Amino acid sequence: MHELSIAMGIVRIAEEAARKNGTVAVKAIDLEIGTLSGVEIESLNFAWPLAVQNSVLEKAEKRIHIIPARAECLECQTRFDIENLFDPCPRCGSHFIQILQGKEMRVKSIEI
Amino acid sequence: MCTTCGCGTTDEVSIKKPGELSTMVRDLHVHAHDHHHHDHHHHDHLHGHGHHERTVIEVEQDILHANQLVAERNRGYFMAKNIFALNLVSSPGSGKTTLLERTLADNKDRIKFFVIEGDQQTMNDANRINRLNVPVVQINTGKACHLDSDMVHRALLQLQPEPQSVVMIENVGNLVCPAAFDLGETARVVIVSVTEGDDKPIKYPDMFAGSQVCIINKIDLLPYVQFDVQKAKDYALQVNPHLVFFEVSATTGQGMDAWYKWLEEQLSNQNNSH
Repeated sequence: MHELSIAMGIVRIAEEAARKNGTVAVKAIDLEIGTLSGVEIESLNFAWPLAVQNSVLEKAEKRIHIIPARAECLECQTRFDIENLFDPCPRCGSHFIQILQGKEMRVKSIEI
Repeated sequence: MCTTCGCGTTDEVSIKKPGELSTMVRDLHVHAHDHHHHDHHHHDHLHGHGHHERTVIEVEQDILHANQLVAERNRGYFMAKNIFALNLVSSPGSGKTTLLERTLADNKDRIKFFVIEGDQQTMNDANRINRLNVPVVQINTGKACHLDSDMVHRALLQLQPEPQSVVMIENVGNLVCPAAFDLGETARVVIVSVTEGDDKPIKYPDMFAGSQVCIINKIDLLPYVQFDVQKAKDYALQVNPHLVFFEVSATTGQGMDAWYKWLEEQLSNQNNSH
């Protein structure tokens, strides 16, 4: 259940951003979560109410933007969509790949 | 509630040396929390003020940013003291502690070791290490399923590892969550045992992707189990083509020499680069 830690991390970031902008309540928060980030959206949703209790996010709308994972083959430079970390390059079959996107766990913005 | 570990008021993180009284727990927890701002308890909700105006504030911050910052601080501490730090990760029951005990017992005359033990509860593992007369600190994470960099940071302050030493950090037995939390280690070692499935590397790819070394433990049991070593390695290499493997039995000592040799090579490389 590291999603609780993730949720608490989001709360911490939101609290700081809210304080800097002189507000005590956030209306909405936009998150970017990559498909290879290791975050289970369902678990995050489950942990959310507990994490945001008594925080600036208590009444905030949570919007999760899923970022599809992309990789580049280090052998033949093919760029492709990747579902699992162990997927080979679809062109040459190599496992020497670099993840280009999809590992994100980011607070993009808040609305106050 | 603690924003670092997600623990509630009843499940507190404690960091203790063997033989220390449990009253330390409270002090440490207060200390651990005094940098957090709990002013949200005093919030008034300003309903009706500017309810329809919305301002978007770009934040663009990694959710684990706070963990990463402290991890880099730990990494700097290790580098400055020329310490080689390993983060040992595995599922529960892979033989991590036994592997660690054997490694310490066989090498402690040549290498100075310091150990950080991570478990949800009990001092059992720290007591096992303590019997080998190796300095050890136990982190009890309470509810948390992983160590984070702040816990390790606080443990390091208690442990005070010496320069040129090896710090072994035994993470909470869990192949999922610890993958997301950089502790500032020099290298991560994932341990699987042959009593598990040989498809572990693709079932839990994140842990294998983030490790530099994979130790396959309990190979003395291979005649009795359906574990295909080559298959496990092939799967692991699909996830991470750079992994270095060791096949060992921490109980019989089989294959341990290769692992020790690797450890010594890393140490001498590190010392030469300074």
